[in-house]
Amino acid sequence: MRYLPKSPADREAMLKAIGARSIDDLFAPIPAEYRLNRDLKVPRQMAESEIVDWFRERSRENGDDLTSFLGAGAYYHYRPVIIDSLISRGEFLTAYTPYQAEISQGTLQSIFEFQTMISELTGMEVANASMYDGSTAAAEAVMMAARLTGRRSVAIASSVHPEYREVLATYAHHQGMPLSSVSFTDNARLNLDELEKSITDDMACVLIQSPNFFGTIEDVAAIAEIAHQRGAMLVVSIAEAVSLGIVEPPRQADIIAMEAQSFGVPLGFGGPYCGVIATREQYVRQMPGRLVGQTTDRNGKRGFVLTLATREQHIRREKATSNICTNQALIALMANIFMTIYGKVGLRELAKQNLAKAAYAAQQFGKHAKLLFSGAPRFNEFVVQTSEDPYAINNRLLEQKIIGGFPLKKFYPELGNAALWCCTELTTRASIDAAVSSVAEGERLAKSSKEQADVQEVVR
Amino acid sequence: MTHITRKATRHVNQNEGLIFEKSSAGKAAWKLPPLDVPEVDTARLLGSSERRDLGNMPEVSEIEIIRHFTRLSTWNYAIDLGMYPLGSCTMKYNPRVNEVVSRLDGLANGHPYQPEKVSQGALRILQTLSECLIEITGMDAITLQPAAGAHGELTGLLLVRAYHHSKGAPRKKILIPDSAHGTNPATAAMVGYAVENLKSNAQGMVEVAALASQMNEEVAALMLTNPNTLGIFEQEIHKIADIMHAKGGLLYMDGANMNALVGKVRPGDFGVDLMHLNLHKTFSTPHGGGGPGSGPVAVKKILEPFLPTPVVITKPDGTLGFEYNRPQSVGRVRAFYGNFGMFVRALAYTLANGPDGLRQTTEDAVLNANYIRKGLEGVYDLPYSTPTMHEVVFSDKVQAKKGVKTMDIAKRLIDYGFHPYTTAFPLIVPGALMIEPTESEPKEELDLFIEAMKFIAEEVNEDPQMVLAAPHTTRVSRLDETAAARKPVLRWKPDQ
Repeated sequence: MRYLPKSPADREAMLKAIGARSIDDLFAPIPAEYRLNRDLKVPRQMAESEIVDWFRERSRENGDDLTSFLGAGAYYHYRPVIIDSLISRGEFLTAYTPYQAEISQGTLQSIFEFQTMISELTGMEVANASMYDGSTAAAEAVMMAARLTGRRSVAIASSVHPEYREVLATYAHHQGMPLSSVSFTDNARLNLDELEKSITDDMACVLIQSPNFFGTIEDVAAIAEIAHQRGAMLVVSIAEAVSLGIVEPPRQADIIAMEAQSFGVPLGFGGPYCGVIATREQYVRQMPGRLVGQTTDRNGKRGFVLTLATREQHIRREKATSNICTNQALIALMANIFMTIYGKVGLRELAKQNLAKAAYAAQQFGKHAKLLFSGAPRFNEFVVQTSEDPYAINNRLLEQKIIGGFPLKKFYPELGNAALWCCTELTTRASIDAAVSSVAEGERLAKSSKEQADVQEVVR
Repeated sequence: MTHITRKATRHVNQNEGLIFEKSSAGKAAWKLPPLDVPEVDTARLLGSSERRDLGNMPEVSEIEIIRHFTRLSTWNYAIDLGMYPLGSCTMKYNPRVNEVVSRLDGLANGHPYQPEKVSQGALRILQTLSECLIEITGMDAITLQPAAGAHGELTGLLLVRAYHHSKGAPRKKILIPDSAHGTNPATAAMVGYAVENLKSNAQGMVEVAALASQMNEEVAALMLTNPNTLGIFEQEIHKIADIMHAKGGLLYMDGANMNALVGKVRPGDFGVDLMHLNLHKTFSTPHGGGGPGSGPVAVKKILEPFLPTPVVITKPDGTLGFEYNRPQSVGRVRAFYGNFGMFVRALAYTLANGPDGLRQTTEDAVLNANYIRKGLEGVYDLPYSTPTMHEVVFSDKVQAKKGVKTMDIAKRLIDYGFHPYTTAFPLIVPGALMIEPTESEPKEELDLFIEAMKFIAEEVNEDPQMVLAAPHTTRVSRLDETAAARKPVLRWKPDQ
């Protein structure tokens, strides 16, 4: 086995040194009746070239030549090549959690920079080193709000990513936290009247997403005011991190739970991604996850350490703020490098291109089909309602190697034939025009067959 | 410091400030293509939601970024540099072909919501890995969704709860041995269970009589790490399982130490009802400075109905798909399907090994740990003489008499070119030195490690002050953690 650095003679010599006759002696503690006396039924040992071929085949089966209009919590942005050059350095890739600070300063300083940039971009005072992803970050942020307020119930906007809501439901169920849902109005923004009516003095927090699942930017200030008046916290989830380049961050929030996948992390069929929680300094001791802090060594030299560990499971055990241990450090490093590359000016320009592409596409689609939720600002996603079933549209588009918008039926049956379309800086005008003309053709056909049906109705 | 010559030596490394300290207006590392659609009036589109200022974000050029992160990287220790004997962490070699295949276009750029028709490759990977892991653990079904070991524990206990709930009541308590990892009790609390500690016996194993007396209809499950955190295989595992099952309880296995078992024995065969694996330990996916991990949960048939949604199924037409309609499911524990990139790497590792390679890997891991144990016995105190598997736990009892604790020895080990072992637990060994070499170490590296540990023991006798001040060769000396926690500085600010 090519990963194992021992010759048969080495093994013999080591066994002899130990005083064992054979390797079986070392497995004697396992009761004989349970020992496996056969080969595992897994594929046979493969050469490296065979492994590459096997996965190449899987890659091809996975549509490696498609243009996509999918967003909905996972975004296709350009990843500058130096991200992979740098994260592939063995010193980052093959290091453990930086508990031994003296020989982990590289990881620690980079996390400190990550925390700083996330704080800057979210308008919060502090950010942690990462959470698993946006969905679990949102759930943990809600738990954090419950600890901070000593209250239990939660109001959740139904425009929060449906899978984030499902995760929160799983987490909250066993904490005995009642969840209630607040709907959206015809501009897709949170229904403020409904929030005002449903909010109670037992409410720990209101959870919204902005831009929300439909791409619409929420009126965060108005929501914060309602929540704060009743002593509830406002937790804001951000699933599309690039929006922070041009959309005012939810500064009125108490806790922000973010998904940083858009910052240089590959789509990767859903993971690994990079969640992160940001908040105000006064709440930091109830924050879950790892934190890096600045300090000095014995000679007064600046250095960094994992800090405030008394919140964490390895010290507090069952009284910890969360059970989280391993997080997403290498993915946070990708996001860190991405933020460094685009920086203060580039991130805004990048976000602006996203805005322009989506605005153009929405306008083009709007000529042939119904654009839902106009009337409130959006970032890079929009909802198109058609006469034709979006699954049928997508089947047709797939023949042109295009993956169309995300059909919303699965989560919002009340929206009928609606789909959520996403454009990023990588979406070309040509592909937008191709998708629009296919949708337009479908709408023409649907319209003319409906007219024919109407005519027949009249004739009858 | 006379001894430090065999493995490590000092060399120049570069100083480097924070990236913000290199920033100046007008520098850039980015370039966007010309916009092929009309420019937009951002004020008109966004109104008061438009952001005007991005705060103190850096402005630097590409070469500066390359140098910045390369310099930082050289301040880290890594498996690629040498032995990383952190007990319970299984710091093994991370094969590079794993990195290559996970970056193939169709996998790296696959969207989680793309139609199933064009997701067959990803689904096949999920299915093949699932089949391999089910066979390796001897279980019946699996979910790959949990994002890390602790997340796997959470999922596992949700399954336990759902199972008992279906039988009438979720029960109240989880039994956890005093040797357990801190995530176990933290997880139990998150799922709403009370934690009851289980004392270990003189051999470092579960006290079966105590278990029998503590087990009753209020106990939902026992969370057991096997081999435990002392590296000891629970020899009375069948009795433990029987005691749990007789009172309707479940046996949960924390698979953190699965590297001692793969291909030699299967938890499903010795009575485990459910367990999580750590793909970032046993299955070679890189730790990356603290993640991403992946914590699949494998279960026996009785728990299958409760697995998180969705699950991968073979459809009547032979293609693969996701099934969402599972009424008894505990729900979702993460958006999408889990840390897919880690599944690709873990499967590549499994394919590179095959059944023979996996078995040899386990044998070498156990051989290495026993070789170290033999080499250091008599030099460091061995609190439990019970045979150990893939890791060995010594204590600083001898050295503590000179005022030198396990952490000091660990820090001195850095000067010899090694990463320290684990010092934080098991809690039942005061001053523990928890050493797990994994299979990835050649005999030469192990000999150097043993030699270094012996030298340090001598140094403790001759010059304890020198050991207490270690490390002596790193960029920074011991850092003031108390000050860091008392007045936390968690971000850079321009006025600093």
